[in-house]
Amino acid sequence: MSTVSTEIRRGAYFDSVVLMELQSSLKRLPEVLDVGVMMATAANKDLLNMQGLLDESAKDAQPEDLIICIKAANEAFAQTALAEVDNLLVRRRSAVDQDYLPKSLAAATKMLPDANWVLVSVPGQYATRVAREALELQKNVFLYSDNVSIEDEVSLKQQARRQSLLVMGPDCGTAIVNGIGFGFANQVRRGPVGLVGASGTGLQHVTSRIHQLGGGITHALGTGGRDLSTPVAATTALQSLDLLRRDPETKVIVLISKPPAEEVAAVMLRQARMTQKPVVVNFIGHSAPEKMTDENLHFARSLDEAAELAVGLGLAPQISRPPETPTSERVTHGSGHLRGLFSGGTLAHEVLLMLRNYLPAVYSNIPLNKAHKLPDVWTSQEHTIIDLGEDEFTVGRPHPMLDNTLRLQRLQQEADDPSVGMILLDVVLGHGAHPDPAAELAPAISAARAAAKKAGRNLEIVALVVGTDDDPQGFASQVERLQQAGARVEMSTRSLAAHVGQKLPVVGKAPEGQNVDLKVLQQPVAVLNVGLESFAASIKAQEAEALHVDWRPPAGGNDKLLSILERMKKK
Amino acid sequence: MDIDKANKEATEKMIEARAVLVGLGKAKDVIPGMRENLLLHAGPPITWERASGPMRGAITGALIFEGKVRDEDGARALVENGEIELEPCHHHQSVGPMAGVTSPSMSVYIIENETHGNRAFSNLNEGYGKVLRYGAYDSEVQERLRWMEEVMGPVLKDAIEASGGIDIKALLSEALHMGDEGHNRNKAGSILYLKALAPHIARVSKDSAVAAQVLQAIGDNALSVLNPVMAACKVMADAAHGIAGSTIVTTMARNGTDFGIRVSGLDDQWFTAPAQIPKGLYFPGYADEHANADIGDSTITETAGIGGFAMAAAPAIVTFVSGTPKDATNATMEMYEIAFSEHRAFTIPSMSFRGTPIGIDLRKVVETGITPRVNTGIAHKEAGVGQIGAGLVRPPMEIFESALVAYAEKYDI
Repeated sequence: MSTVSTEIRRGAYFDSVVLMELQSSLKRLPEVLDVGVMMATAANKDLLNMQGLLDESAKDAQPEDLIICIKAANEAFAQTALAEVDNLLVRRRSAVDQDYLPKSLAAATKMLPDANWVLVSVPGQYATRVAREALELQKNVFLYSDNVSIEDEVSLKQQARRQSLLVMGPDCGTAIVNGIGFGFANQVRRGPVGLVGASGTGLQHVTSRIHQLGGGITHALGTGGRDLSTPVAATTALQSLDLLRRDPETKVIVLISKPPAEEVAAVMLRQARMTQKPVVVNFIGHSAPEKMTDENLHFARSLDEAAELAVGLGLAPQISRPPETPTSERVTHGSGHLRGLFSGGTLAHEVLLMLRNYLPAVYSNIPLNKAHKLPDVWTSQEHTIIDLGEDEFTVGRPHPMLDNTLRLQRLQQEADDPSVGMILLDVVLGHGAHPDPAAELAPAISAARAAAKKAGRNLEIVALVVGTDDDPQGFASQVERLQQAGARVEMSTRSLAAHVGQKLPVVGKAPEGQNVDLKVLQQPVAVLNVGLESFAASIKAQEAEALHVDWRPPAGGNDKLLSILERMKKK
Repeated sequence: MDIDKANKEATEKMIEARAVLVGLGKAKDVIPGMRENLLLHAGPPITWERASGPMRGAITGALIFEGKVRDEDGARALVENGEIELEPCHHHQSVGPMAGVTSPSMSVYIIENETHGNRAFSNLNEGYGKVLRYGAYDSEVQERLRWMEEVMGPVLKDAIEASGGIDIKALLSEALHMGDEGHNRNKAGSILYLKALAPHIARVSKDSAVAAQVLQAIGDNALSVLNPVMAACKVMADAAHGIAGSTIVTTMARNGTDFGIRVSGLDDQWFTAPAQIPKGLYFPGYADEHANADIGDSTITETAGIGGFAMAAAPAIVTFVSGTPKDATNATMEMYEIAFSEHRAFTIPSMSFRGTPIGIDLRKVVETGITPRVNTGIAHKEAGVGQIGAGLVRPPMEIFESALVAYAEKYDI
């Protein structure tokens, strides 16, 4: 007949590896049948219950309490085993002449002043606090802990961005910085591919495949699985992408994410285009465009393919590219909102699709998603593209391909809006269309530009001309007159969209904070480790500096005291 | 309110305080508030009923010395009926090691803080073996106390005055470079003290045999400087007390039953909880079960940034806790985690002359869960047996927690 003896240690925190070792040591003691040593979280209590180890006394234990349950042949053996717990814990600690293990990040920083990263793997409820402390000490953070709220994630990442620091995570399993793997990482050859991943195992898979294929990587920067969600808005991914853009060692970039939010994916792709480096994109589950290669972007349908593309691009001789234009410069060059006045519905739709890669939001009467539906089709807002061929405009009026009246009015209206910097028009030639659109449009374009100039603004008007040499309107003459009126003429939607992307501000406003200093990738990695001790050991095994912090829950996990301490900090 | 600013002011005062031994006098003549029916004792306030064996023994011994009783029953009667009152040394600018019992006609050292002007007092050290501070009170103890009062006291008084004052802060700085930590190990400091006094003792003694006895008593007792050191630490801590908003601990003391602390920004309120049994090495024949709970005002040394906080300076002391020299360094490293600042006068050679951790910050203690380390002697729980070992002890965490809660209430946080 076996018996279970239980001991509850209030507020005794140990990392899970220590507890596993304790558990296996206890199991080896005589007549001990089964052992459960766990922090008393609800999930762990369920587990102990299923093993038949949870007795009444342990049911009220709180998550910060340690439960030690021992099932033994009889009570005496169980008690003997319980009495061994302290000895077993001490034996582990008392390595002769052990160096001091700091108890706080502040003390650790003094002991290893060169530390540039803090690895955080403490239980979720404490993780934000530790990560914030790390940021306050000017350290970059690899946040392995999960169970961090999205609000805390947003606030940590915004703070990091203001301080030009990186927060990888929460729930970031993998990163490789300057050859040193954080958390779970493979031993990957150095090479030209830099990766940004919002997926830990995704990063592991792609980096391993790159290695298997004979390639190598510069850095693999994790972001945490929620980075490309709407609230987090790819804060870390954008910082990482920008770092890899500036990193001279990185020749090819790979972007991996679990399904990203649509508008965040669009922002990422816009930034990716501006890196001037080949970027392999694998947004798992995201509808890839029909073209697998679009300028410098290469869309992969799978992690394997991402690795293959990256290795191939890394080997390919690099075509010489125009000099880099830093993001900030683009922001100042472009100005004003975009307005598109289309007569062709499909043209308007395709331009909307293409602009998704360049502009954060374009309002329309035919928007790509409902959020960007123009509330009043007669009044544009921010970036707007109107399909004037829609029913709401054609009731009681001829189609705009035949009659420019409405378009000319609207052109005037848009040109008068001081926030507008660019107007797009389509000019569709051919049988059945207006016999001489340039005759009406060119003077209006001229007038609009002149009025804007008088008001001290630069208004660019771009005309997308659709037609052939043999069209009755005379293609060359139409183009010539539009150009003479000051319009830029484009013949393809792709080049039109690319031009818009070049000229208009990339995002609404420049992100706060300076770019993260490239030093973070180039300096030797030195780590302060808070949480799982094995992470520090693994960094040391890779011959980088690491100092483990002998962390305990602050104020013993006492909420009342913690909240007093928090309030005192604000005093 | 700027807590850090208040704490900086408090720790700066501790660091800046220049403690000088300026004289010797009878307790009733020099200690403020001392009176015929008063005994001072170590630690927070205590009653006879709650007093431990060594504390009761020391009270008994002091009352026998004062000629008021003959035995423990007599002492109990006087204390319980209120004819004799008990008050903490700390309420009278004083400190005493172990039981710390100081009676009106005992001689006490007078320490003056030349930077801020405040004074502190401490009784004379009796040496080892059967001594009052461990609760022994038999005739041997009484004889020793009388010799100290009648023979050693007058010589010391004249010698200290003749010296023009002995700078205890400078003495401590030097002793820390000679392997002392100022609490449990005062071997070097006591020799420096002897060196400072010797020529003056020789000069002021009318009888060379007496001079030899006094010199021998000081020289044989490796704790002879402990009491002036404690009073020196007391003037430093008192200088830092009473600063609005400061979370710096300015008193740590034990009466053998309770461990108590006071905090600079929390007036004179004590925060107490049962004192713990030190962990350490016992003299042959003794073990944990013979040990009294932690006792004495000597934790004033840790409060002022030496003792357990300066453990790295005194690697020899780790033998008390069967450690290695690295453990001594680690002990000091740990104390940096709860200290507000680093001392400028007290430095540790083996740590590249880094200053000792100074200014125990209540906030850091509660946040990190690290309580101050105290190096201490261990008293037998029965009166009169004396010291049975030495080791390490820590205050109970709850007194820091309740002080933090009181702070939040007082300052409306």
